[in-house]
Amino acid sequence: MIWEIIWNQMPYLLHGLWIALQLLAALLSLGLVLGLALALIEIYGHWTLRWTGILFERVFRGVPAVVLLLLFYYGVTDFIEMSSFMAAVLALGLRSTAYQSQIFRGAIQSVPQGQMMAAQAMGMGRARAVGWIILPQALRHAIGPWTNEFSSELKATSLAYVIGVVELTRQGKYIVSSTQGNVLIVFGVVALMYFVVNRLGNWALYKFEGRITVPGFERRAA
Amino acid sequence: MSALLEVEGIRKKYGQFEVLKGVSLQLERGQAKVVMGPSGTGKSTLLRCINYLTPPDAGTVRLDGEEVVPRNLNRIRQQVAFVFQDFNLFTHLRVIDNITIGPRRILGLSKTEARDRAMRELERVGLADKVRAYPAELSGGQQQRVSIARALAMEPKVILFDEPTSALDPELTGEVVNVMKRLASEGMTMLVVSHEIGFARSAADEIVFMDGGHILEQGPPAQLFDAPQHERTRRFLRMIGDQVGDAAAAGEGA
Ligand SMILES: Nc1ncnc2c1ncn2[C@@H]1O[C@H](COP(=O)(O)OP(=O)(O)OP(=O)(O)O)[C@@H](O)[C@H]1O
Ligand SMILES: [Mg+2]
Repeated sequence: MIWEIIWNQMPYLLHGLWIALQLLAALLSLGLVLGLALALIEIYGHWTLRWTGILFERVFRGVPAVVLLLLFYYGVTDFIEMSSFMAAVLALGLRSTAYQSQIFRGAIQSVPQGQMMAAQAMGMGRARAVGWIILPQALRHAIGPWTNEFSSELKATSLAYVIGVVELTRQGKYIVSSTQGNVLIVFGVVALMYFVVNRLGNWALYKFEGRITVPGFERRAA
Repeated sequence: MSALLEVEGIRKKYGQFEVLKGVSLQLERGQAKVVMGPSGTGKSTLLRCINYLTPPDAGTVRLDGEEVVPRNLNRIRQQVAFVFQDFNLFTHLRVIDNITIGPRRILGLSKTEARDRAMRELERVGLADKVRAYPAELSGGQQQRVSIARALAMEPKVILFDEPTSALDPELTGEVVNVMKRLASEGMTMLVVSHEIGFARSAADEIVFMDGGHILEQGPPAQLFDAPQHERTRRFLRMIGDQVGDAAAAGEGA
């Protein structure tokens, strides 16, 4: 009986999952690009820029995700027309920016200083040295911690529930209320779906890490 | 004709502490000079000031008559190679890519030109069989020879060496010293911070003895090692005396 409901409602769950994955991809991409930029600013930038970067990072790491979602959806949409999905991408994406900037900052700083020195000594400008020498090494250091960020953000997509994004968790809730289905079983299935995506994502990231590993950058114990 | 490298009145302070108190030296084309002196005397700082890895507080550096200024810095650095104590090979790149990256990305050579040049320099340091290896797969001596090949591939006018063998086990020192000796005999212009007396005696045209941020004395190896003018030089040479004795014996044998 309940399994029949689950089976019938599966297209909705899958659609919810699809929305969650889109949200995840968008927020991680936003966080990747801005987070990397923020890390570079914090390390190499002029002090005023650096200061602004650090302030941004402190704010977005210091406020709960749900509060950010509410602020962006109800606060910002007063001024700018925005779907709840877009509000979620911005709120969670900027928060992820703050976290990813710390991952990249640590990774860049773990590249020994001599690498930059050697690059500059051969006449490579600083920006090129960052692009050709520092970042390729830093990204190898970053991928382990980045895998954690992937997992946290996948789970954080469920918070977009509070501003009405119809992602996986909200679909589960709909099924429970419209069919009087068993909460435990419906959300059990939802949990399983998050879990499977999480494992698949981790597996793919580890695989990627293995592919780009070179001697001297062996994967550290997780 | 003026010297290839002219260093004039270099001063450098770290906080209140003046590390270099006005250092001047010249390097003629094809000359090899070895800089010696006690630890903390400013030898590394001097080398880093020459290519502005550490900008000096005062003084000038000229390469081929052209003064080094921030504007031409990257172009000058292409002609002044630097070999580091701890090699600093690019960890994520294979040996071949470590050597081609400069010629390709900085000098703008084509892929095949850069590759040919890299192979030529790798053969010169005896490591042609290691092209595909990563730095972490090489011994210290091999890494240092690759870093010398990387320096040579830029076809620099002068190479600065900062204690190129002091991070190496004694049995690996020889292979690097041999490469450097051959470079000197082939007429490469070199400024070498090193306490390798064997190299200094047989390959250097002049020895520069530094102490307390000054050049205390300089001269041909025979003069500086066998008849040093200053007590401090004598004391320093006595301190590394075992090596001097060995090298002198080896030198007489040769
Ligand atoms: N970045 C720095 N900041 C502060 N002090 C420094 C810095 N670099 C070097 N010094 C100081 O300057 C002095 C000279 O250092 P330097 O490395 O040039 O000496 P050195 O002659 O190369 O010594 P060694 O033979 O041990 O390599 C030392 O007292 C050192 O502590
Ligand atoms: Mg030194």
